This record gives sequence, C-alpha cells and structure tokens, in this order.
Amino acid sequence: MSIRLNALLKSPWVFHVSTGSCNNCDIEVLDCLTPRFDIERFGMVLAPSIKHADVLLVTGSGNRKSMERVKKLYEQAPKPIVVVAIGECACSRGIFIHSYNCPVPLDKVIPVDVYIPGCPPKPEAIIAGVVKLIQKVKEKTKNNA
Amino acid sequence: MPDRNEILNELKNRYKDEIVSFYDKSPRRVYIEIKSESIVNIASYIFKELKARFNVASAVDARSHIEILYHFTLEYLDLLISLRVKLDRENPTIKSLTSVFKGSNWIEREMYELMGINFEGHPNLKRLLLSDKWPEGVYPLRCDYKEWDNNAIRDRGV
Amino acid sequence: MALSRVPIGPYHPLQEEPEYFNLITDGEKVLDIEVNVGYNHRGIEKLSERKSFDQATFVIERICGICSTSHPFAYTRAVEDVFPVEVPERAKYIRTVIAEGERIHSHLLWLGLAGHFLGYNTLYMWVWKLREEILDVMEILSGNRNNYAMFKPGGIRRDINPDDIPLVLKKIDSIVPTLDRLRKAIIDDPVLHKRLKGIGILTKEDALDYCAVGPTARASGVEKDVRKDDPYGAYDRVDWDMIVTYKGDVFEKVVVRVLEMYESIKIIKQCLKNLPPGEIDLKLKDIPPGEGIGTHEAPRGETFHYVRSDGTNRPARHKVRAPTYMNLPTCEATVIGESIADATIILASIDPCYCCTERLTVFSPEGNKLYNGNDLIKLSQQKTDKIKKEMGLK
Repeated sequence: MSIRLNALLKSPWVFHVSTGSCNNCDIEVLDCLTPRFDIERFGMVLAPSIKHADVLLVTGSGNRKSMERVKKLYEQAPKPIVVVAIGECACSRGIFIHSYNCPVPLDKVIPVDVYIPGCPPKPEAIIAGVVKLIQKVKEKTKNNA
Repeated sequence: MPDRNEILNELKNRYKDEIVSFYDKSPRRVYIEIKSESIVNIASYIFKELKARFNVASAVDARSHIEILYHFTLEYLDLLISLRVKLDRENPTIKSLTSVFKGSNWIEREMYELMGINFEGHPNLKRLLLSDKWPEGVYPLRCDYKEWDNNAIRDRGV
Repeated sequence: MALSRVPIGPYHPLQEEPEYFNLITDGEKVLDIEVNVGYNHRGIEKLSERKSFDQATFVIERICGICSTSHPFAYTRAVEDVFPVEVPERAKYIRTVIAEGERIHSHLLWLGLAGHFLGYNTLYMWVWKLREEILDVMEILSGNRNNYAMFKPGGIRRDINPDDIPLVLKKIDSIVPTLDRLRKAIIDDPVLHKRLKGIGILTKEDALDYCAVGPTARASGVEKDVRKDDPYGAYDRVDWDMIVTYKGDVFEKVVVRVLEMYESIKIIKQCLKNLPPGEIDLKLKDIPPGEGIGTHEAPRGETFHYVRSDGTNRPARHKVRAPTYMNLPTCEATVIGESIADATIILASIDPCYCCTERLTVFSPEGNKLYNGNDLIKLSQQKTDKIKKEMGLK
C-alpha cells in the first residue's frame, strides 16, 4: 500500500456501479449519504465519473452484459484504486450462483480488496467496512515507512 | 352491470369451433384452451369488445409440447381469463398480437429469446434480455437446457 | 449518423457505464427513443424451478429491493390459488400492514429522487430522512429494514408482537405533520407547476393500448387498482380511496403518489387497531398439480405471478411480470417530442424499477452535440433554475 493511497483515502471519492443487482444494496449505499448516517462528514462523496474516483463500490451478481462493462471500468480507473464488493451478490453471487446469466463471481474478473457481506448490509456495516479499509491502509503505510 | 355467466356464454357460443376446452376453475379464474390459429381473433374480441386489460403471456415447456398462456383481466367482473394455446415443440410458431395492442411487444421478444417461439408479424423480433455473446439456438427456459459455458463457476468452493 | 445512448435510472449516477454516455440530439428535441434492457437479468424464473415452494420465496424477495414485499405477496397468492385456499384472517391483516408500509417507503424514495433530478437537493435529503422513520417502523414489525421475509405460502412466517403496536402507531402519527409540509411544498409550489405541468402527457388511449398499470395509468384517468378490483388481504375490510387524476402529465403522477401515501397510513392504522386474533399459518403440506395466478398492487403497479405445479414440491414453471415491464414502453409515447432537459424527469415519473425489469438505455439518433447522463440531469436542474429566475424567486 503506497503513501499516495494513504493520502487519497483521507477524503475518498466513491464511484458506484451495479452489475445486475436487486438494488437493495444500492439504496443502502445511497442511504449512507442521507442525514441519518451521513458519510459526507468523513469526506466521502459520490464521484461523477470513474476518472475521479478513489474507491470503486460494486454491487450486483455479475450479469453477463454488465461484467464486460465492469472490466472496462476497472481498466479506465486511475490507479491506485480500492475495490469494495458490497453485498452477498458481489462477494460470491449469493443465491444466484446457479443462474444461467451469472457465470463467475466478481473477484475472478477484477481484484477485490474489501468484502462487505450482508443481504443487504446495513449502512452501519458499510461504514464499518470502509473505515476498516482506511485503517488497514494507514497501518500498512506506517509499517512500510 | 354485465353478468359474468352471460359474458362467458357469449364467448363460448361465438367461438365454439375454436375453443378446445373451457375450465371454469373458480369465480375469479377461467382457463380456455383454443386453437393456435384463432389467437388474434379471440384476443381482439376480448381486448376490444370486452374491454379487458392484457396482463402478460407465459410460455411453458410441458415436455411433449410448448404452451403459451395469454392472461387478460376484466376488472369490472373481477375475472381473469387465461387463453391457452398448444404449439409443436420442434417448430413453435404463432401469429403476433402486436397488431391488436402494443402491450404485447416486449413479452413476445422475451418468449422468442428464452423459449424459442417464433412470432409471425412482429415488427422487431430481436433479443431483449440476453447478451449478444449468448449462442444462437440455446433457449434457457426449456427443460433440456444444459450449461454451455465452460468458464462458469458453479460451486462455492467449500 | 452517430447514435448515442444515455443511461437513465433512479440511482443515477450510480449505474453508469462509460461507453453508453453519449446523447446526440438535434437542437433540444428528442426525436426517437429505443429502450435497451438486459443488464439486470438474473434468470430468476429458472432458479425457482430448482427450489421448493417455500425456498423460492426467498429468491423471489430479492427480485427487487424496493418492492421487496410485492413479489412474495403475489407469489404466495399464486401458490394458494392452485387449490384455491384462503389464509387466516390475522395473516391477511398483517400482510396488508407490511405491504402498505412498503408502499410508503417506496413512494418517499421516488419523491426524493425526483427532487434530485429537478435540482431540489434539500427535498431529496429531507424525504430520505423521513423515509428512515418508516424503515424503523418496518424494523420493529418484522426485524429488518428491507427484506422482511414475512411471507410464506399459507400465511406469514412470524407474528407481530402486540406490545409493539402502540409504538408503531405513535411513530406513524409522528410522520404525518412532516408529510403535510412536504405535500404543501410540492403541490403548491409555483416553480414545480411551471416545470412539471403539461409535459410527458400519457393519454388515456395510450395508457390502455400499452396496458400501463399503477400510478402511471391512474394519473391518466384509468381507474384500475388491483386492491379494489380483485380484493385480497384486508383491503376490502378497511376504508380507503383510490386516487385517480385525469391529465396524465408528470405533475399528476407526483400528486397521485403523494396522496396515495395518506391512504396507506389510513390503511395501516385501521389494520393495526382491528387486528383479529388467531392463527397465522395454514401449514400447507403438499401443493396439488394445477395452475395458480396471483396479483398484487405494488407501489409501481400490478405485479403478476403465474405458478404451475405438477404435484412435486417444486414449481414446474414460475412466471414473473413486474409492473415496470408494462410501463416502460410508454416512454415511447411520452418522451418523443419533448426537450432533453425534461427527458430525465419524464422517464423517472414512471418510477422505473430496473431490477424488476432490467436496465434501460435510451437512444436518441440524429444531431451533432454530445451529452452524458450527468449532463442530462444538470440540464434538468438548470431548467428549474431558469424558471425560478423568470418568476423572480431567485
């Protein structure tokens, strides 16, 4: 983990993409922005485009059409970028493991750094996951320095 | 207030040559099996004269043949009429209902790509849901569908 | 001639894909629309065939996160229709309470997003804060904010604790004043009148031809509501009104949804006050061979499920039709001819639930300027600003 990543994670800009989800996880992510949970106080804002993002949030169970898009998105994202898989579907496709339209789990397509399980994970769980990630990056940077 | 039995008897008499069977299951559900050639006439009558609303059409793979059920709701009678047509499994073909009402456009495209039914007269019969990489001739909802993708991972690794 | 596509969705800008971000227009008018779906297709109908009737309920709940009760409700009605059999009274009332709670939270969600598209970000934040109160109510009743898992064929899975009911009623009463303020802010706002009245009109003939359902159709004068036409649950045992308006433009669609929330609150209060005692589950063992059809009035319209059973413990065929499936094609009739600044709000007014239907991309051929999805929303917000300046409010 580089010093650059540590600096970027002081106020991470988050880009969200859904690869074919039931939208529960997407709504819980949006809920994090609303007054009750309010992640904007940590400096987290939704980025309008992937080129501005430090964190890529992925939800959804890996639809064939969407997986091609996610791969291209990851290639277009400026590195270093942290990928967070939110929800059971993004971690392993969950109950859609036998579906004909969901062939592979997300971590076979792009490298994933943080897994937040749950169906859907509560906003508290999402915030806890992202905070753990930031702490881990800080520790690693301290150990490397 | 139109009477339920009057309307059903009128339907039975008008199309008695085309109705194969008539199953009055319960006060709110009626299942009528008709010949596949007469779908446009009967659906037209139910939609335009009886002022029904088209709900959806469901295609079923009943091993020996393929069935399509067209569901119509008559709100003023609290009645749901389902028209059943049976099609040959090797080459299922039927006329499209897009000339009668626009609400059948998408569902016919979906039945075409997932079950392999050909709709004659549909203005835009191409894929709706599946990706372009999906192979031709493989219909997921059929009972003999087999996994064609060798790269698919289907076990959880535990 | 280059084609360009703009993804438009309720979670904009959350469902974005780089190469589909081009909208080419000729001046300001939208000339043609083509709907391209398929990004959310998960093959649920095929999945139901490998699960038993009880297990399928859990898969079906996850068809959509916002209308997470509507699909199990329609599915359990379909399975009970195979016999046909009636569930116990207490189960009917509790099912109705959960379904109406979901309707309130779904309409509030949509209202917030509509506010965001128009540039009223304050409305967006306020409404979603109010929505948290309803989610608290649902958590008290069922244990979870979204996937309630209360339904099973034959009744419901868990009972409501009678000690919770006074707290729930108090919480519901506490949102009514805020809802009143919102209603006055929306319905009496002159800027919203100028912005939303007269655009995206869906005529009654078109609504009937496309077989549109739900508030989209009820705003155009089509007086159809599954809760009144085919009574189930406790809807025929409580007192409530169907909301219908006649002009069919985007403003009327907003009005229908805001007023429906009041009716839902009425229904919930009556159901909780008159909850009958008794069994909650019929304990169905074997489903006989046959067919069943179940419908439910989801927040977006009529959900339709068809189940065929062949006597085993798995469905032989399960067909799901979500309300947005019938409402999305109406965008051909409502968006063509309108300006692109209005395109987002018109498409959002059908309240599309893409996960129920699959995602939407919109094509607009002919023209020489390039926009992307965020630009469309900015255009919509800029139009509101322009109107405010004209009216001297800025």
